[in-house]
Amino acid sequence: MQAPAEKAARLEPATLGGGMLPDWAPYGVIAGSMLFAAALLAATGAFSVALLLVVSTVVSCLTIYAWSRAVEGRRRALDRLVTFAIIAAFALALTPLLSLLFEVVKRGLPGLSWEFLTGTPRGVVGGGGAAHAIVGTVVITAVTAAISVPIGIMAAIYLTEYGGKGRLRRALTFFVDVMTGIPSIVAGLFAFALFAIFLGPGIRLGLMGAVALSVLMIPIVIRSSEEVLKIVPNHLREASYALGTPKWRTIVKVVLPTAFAGLVTGVMIAIARIVGETAPLLVTTGIVDSINTNPFEGRMQNLAVYAYSEYRTPGVMKQASYDRAWAAALTLIAIVMILNVVARLIYRRYKTEIR
Amino acid sequence: MQGAAGATRAEADATEAQAPTPRATPESAPAMANVEGPRAKTIAVRNLNLFYGDFHAVENVTMTIAPNKVTALIGSSGCGKTTFLRSLNRMHELTAGARVEGEVTLDGQDIYARGVDPVQVRRLVGMVFQSPNPFPTMSIYDNVAAGLNLNGSRVKKAEKDEVVERSLRGAHLWNEVKDRLEKPGSSLSGGQQQRLCIARATAVEPEVLLMDEPCSALDPVATLAIEDLIGELKNRFTIVIVTHNMQQAARASDVTAFFNLEETGKPGRLVEVGETETIFTSPTEKATEDYVSGRFG
Repeated sequence: MQAPAEKAARLEPATLGGGMLPDWAPYGVIAGSMLFAAALLAATGAFSVALLLVVSTVVSCLTIYAWSRAVEGRRRALDRLVTFAIIAAFALALTPLLSLLFEVVKRGLPGLSWEFLTGTPRGVVGGGGAAHAIVGTVVITAVTAAISVPIGIMAAIYLTEYGGKGRLRRALTFFVDVMTGIPSIVAGLFAFALFAIFLGPGIRLGLMGAVALSVLMIPIVIRSSEEVLKIVPNHLREASYALGTPKWRTIVKVVLPTAFAGLVTGVMIAIARIVGETAPLLVTTGIVDSINTNPFEGRMQNLAVYAYSEYRTPGVMKQASYDRAWAAALTLIAIVMILNVVARLIYRRYKTEIR
Repeated sequence: MQGAAGATRAEADATEAQAPTPRATPESAPAMANVEGPRAKTIAVRNLNLFYGDFHAVENVTMTIAPNKVTALIGSSGCGKTTFLRSLNRMHELTAGARVEGEVTLDGQDIYARGVDPVQVRRLVGMVFQSPNPFPTMSIYDNVAAGLNLNGSRVKKAEKDEVVERSLRGAHLWNEVKDRLEKPGSSLSGGQQQRLCIARATAVEPEVLLMDEPCSALDPVATLAIEDLIGELKNRFTIVIVTHNMQQAARASDVTAFFNLEETGKPGRLVEVGETETIFTSPTEKATEDYVSGRFG
């Protein structure tokens, strides 16, 4: 199949005159196995799509191995078997993702409308839009990023450039690892408790949500930035030092630009990770029906919580509420996908060849 | 100008070394003609010991490096040539756990004295590395101007243009890149990249130029170009070059220092230093003779 395998095979005297399966063999085996499995299942009366896929996968793996073993020998047969197994594993991993996407698009599209994107439920009975939630999501995420990105990148700079092998560095790394494992609701309760100390109990602010999400986002930014800064080759730093450049300027002008694409990608992934958080925002930003763009005052809605509350407490027209919940989920996924595409574009534009 | 470096086992009397001769202007680089270049300096090393943590890498080196000459450091791998070279502009201490004992003076000023800023030392003592390492995010122009930009000095555009052109001409690269100065430095070939790095190092007008096997990643043609360049650069700088290539030491250097280590794990030491011709034809030490004649190991 692969060129290296063929080359190796040519070197082996034993397989020099060996046979070879026709090019269509893998496809033929898959098609044949499916037909066989369908017939088998129909005969036993236990037909279902899931079972068909499982049985045909097993059958095609066995068939290709046996056939190839007879014609091509043990090594090529194993190669084909493993190829089949890996494709099957890949398909298995992809299935939930595609199924989820399909389901969200199917159920979300009916609820998606101009009104959904621009209106609010304020003063509307059993309808309205999610503009307040979209605005809230954007504001909360932006504030979170504004808090987390500088802290995260500066911490990563400390870890890679200044920490050396010191105790502080090891302690930091340990706690960052611990922080990545914090359940999101704990982060929410932390922010809630923190603000309750100063502003009294029952307070709800967009900023509180941003603080809660920062607790989740900072460790991710630190981790990804640290890895990216680590791969900036040392000889670039030395070249800069040798020109009589102070360390901080070397970091600002040489290390960070070299790592720029990777840093942006890391930040985007961290944002994608926190943009859909529900639990911490439920306790910190609350539920509200009108647009609020000020994170320092009043409750703020966001898409995840909106989807949750529409589903949890539907209005008089239940189906309309469910539709809006799905549409909110779809909008959220769309935002994450847009962020990912932007991250990729930035990465392509700015990536530097590092040798 | 024979100075201290002429004698074998040169004693460090750099402090009384006479002022370097005025620079000759290389004819092939007219752009440099009316520019006041930096004054090359004498480096005197006295009882220098270098460590990596507990490992004693270089033991008790005492030598004087004469201005406006090319001093080659030769010796087998792991004998501490590069470590020694990096101690001359305080790059050695960038390695975690690295220590320095002894004295290195630059025209009488101890660069390891308390209160001396390593950043200032490195502005006077530039370095070219083993493999070409232009900054990947910068254009050819910005790579050469990097020293000016990175030092934070506010330089006018016209002045910067002049420095870039002069440095690139000095590195024999101007004609090859003058039409694509805005292209990334990594778009050049290996030999061109190394000349770019030399231009970058000379653009900040240092007084000493350290070169750590500058040709080891290059083909013979590119190597020859760099060697020619070194011959010209010595008119403006004190040059110290580490090389594994004995022909290169013989061709390009005026003074050669031979480093050796008795066995692995022991520190490297300076065996002999003298005029290149003397070292290659009639060295005083047996080990040197064995090494330069290829009878070694």
